[in-house]
Amino acid sequence: MVDIPASVDRSSSLMISYLLRRLAFLAGSLFLAGVVIFLLLRLLPGDPANSLLSVGATPEQIAAARHEIGSDRPLPEQFVTWLGQLATFDLGNSFISSLPVGPEITSRLDVTVPLTLLSFLLAVVIAVPVGFVAARRSATWYGTLINGISQLGIAVPVFWIGMILITVFALRLGVLPAGGFPQDGWALPGEALTSLALPVITVALVMSASLVRYVRSAALDVLGSDYLRTARALGSSFNRAMWRHGMRNGAVPVVSVLGIELATTLLGAVVVETVFALPGLGSLLAQAVAQHDYPTVQGVLFVSTFAVLVIGFLSDVAQRLIDPRLRGRLSGGAR
Amino acid sequence: MSERTTDEPTTDEPIRDEPITEEPTAVELTKTAPDTGEEPGGPGRSGRPGAASVPVRRRRSPALVAGCVLVGLIVAVALVSLFWVPYAPDDTTGGRLMSPGLPHLLGTDKLGRDLLTQLMTGARIALEAGLGAIAIGTALGLCAGLAAGFATRWLDDTLSTLLDVLIAFPTLLLAMLMVAARSASLSSAVLAIGFAMTAVVARLTRILVKRVLAQDYITAARTSGTSWPRVITGHVLPNIWPTLVVNLAQQFGLAVMTEASLSFLGLGAPPPNASWGRMLHEAQATVFTAPTGVIAPGVLLVMLVVGVNLIADGLRDALDPTRRRTR
Repeated sequence: MVDIPASVDRSSSLMISYLLRRLAFLAGSLFLAGVVIFLLLRLLPGDPANSLLSVGATPEQIAAARHEIGSDRPLPEQFVTWLGQLATFDLGNSFISSLPVGPEITSRLDVTVPLTLLSFLLAVVIAVPVGFVAARRSATWYGTLINGISQLGIAVPVFWIGMILITVFALRLGVLPAGGFPQDGWALPGEALTSLALPVITVALVMSASLVRYVRSAALDVLGSDYLRTARALGSSFNRAMWRHGMRNGAVPVVSVLGIELATTLLGAVVVETVFALPGLGSLLAQAVAQHDYPTVQGVLFVSTFAVLVIGFLSDVAQRLIDPRLRGRLSGGAR
Repeated sequence: MSERTTDEPTTDEPIRDEPITEEPTAVELTKTAPDTGEEPGGPGRSGRPGAASVPVRRRRSPALVAGCVLVGLIVAVALVSLFWVPYAPDDTTGGRLMSPGLPHLLGTDKLGRDLLTQLMTGARIALEAGLGAIAIGTALGLCAGLAAGFATRWLDDTLSTLLDVLIAFPTLLLAMLMVAARSASLSSAVLAIGFAMTAVVARLTRILVKRVLAQDYITAARTSGTSWPRVITGHVLPNIWPTLVVNLAQQFGLAVMTEASLSFLGLGAPPPNASWGRMLHEAQATVFTAPTGVIAPGVLLVMLVVGVNLIADGLRDALDPTRRRTR
């Protein structure tokens, strides 16, 4: 896997052309995602103006409401207006509170981003060693046990684990808060971290259950590979062979899964935030959906889709950095 | 996450973001999928030359049997609930938060509704959600995947880019969007989960179809005058369905989880249709006084999803000839 000097030029130029193509793809899919979100909200039955009106509104009131939010204009025009707003980071005003959506989303990210990143880190720290041990010792009783637990873990809904952890650690033992987040946010980092502890553990447990399976399967591939056997036959110690050849080869599929997991966690936050009463992006979305607050729904969806696509981009780039052989291929999928 | 959320996603569709080229074999497709049916004895064994030629008698897969038992139990409960439940689902005449015993076998919830009744109805709702989403996802996804697999380069590129974006769009969000635009109901949930599944099924179908179409027997069939429709029904579908069925079984589990998550958020089937997710939501406040209300729906949900995942694993072992041979 060590680059031969003569090939360095070609390899890095491949990487640059890859980055350019992948960026174009990112821009394209972002635009497409914008179209999908926009159309979904417009084409589904029910005028967004309805949420501004009370039952029994007169036709004049309906027309006025439609005019106010612009839903009486043709779709392409509405779409261009929306794109123009997006370009200036203006996500519109909430129907319910009349406050701008953008700053509201930013303040919610203060909860959701730390929650996502911390659980992600914790899950990686748990899953990588456990998955490796499960593969290396797959014939032992604890290898089988790890396998069984992770099989069970992927079937457990995250909110159920959350409720059980609340019952045990908050209600019975009283060591951690059951939910909520300090009013001042991160002004008191200790308190903020304590209130994130249970949610982070909940998400990390569920996430590592599925990660363990991927790490185990990647490690099994590496352990059974010809190149590892060859390296060992040439006199390399197991640790050295794993370090030089195994890690790099095994990392590619794991990084690909990590990208998906990170994205899922970010969006899965909606359920966890509901369980723990956290004022995050997910609970904003759930609330906006319940209130038919279209600008907020649209804004949150766009921001989270943007995040998901960027995570996909980073994960694809990381895979190409690890494995230069992939550089000829645009993204994870076959193309 | 659940879908685990997480979405999500919990069991993430293992195939969907794998770097798959046009060439890999069926073994490679399942390679990075978490495989649980690994034989003790380790990975080195299957790769040994000569291992393939030794005929090994295939045992009945314990995963498949265990999965069928778990799912069978839930199906039986759901079927019974069609004809008989102990009380009416909206009967609030029982005392509030009664402990398990007589006359309410599993006790009652905070409104005095019989827990067993709700659990039984919940089994039906969960299965309806899973089956409905699978039906929509398979019907649309198979068509889209076949179209992309057969399409010209340009159309194929467009379709698969579209699929990539749709897959990046998480099921739970799509479902919430659907609920926002329609109303909170089982059909909204099923439609949204089914649509989200469509993209996953379509993408897998496309990859599988391309792989089959590159085979010599397709060329042979075409040269000997077989029409495309006959090629599809006679060669393409029979060759892709084993992988597809395994994937659909996993998707079924995901669909059930997503429906539970939606109901937990209050966006699923409205009362009196008891859904396990909504039962959990309602019981959250009284977890101390009436723990059965939290434990029972969760256990059933896990039973169903574990059962379906076990069936998927068992099917993969049974249907994939390359895995069978290396046993």
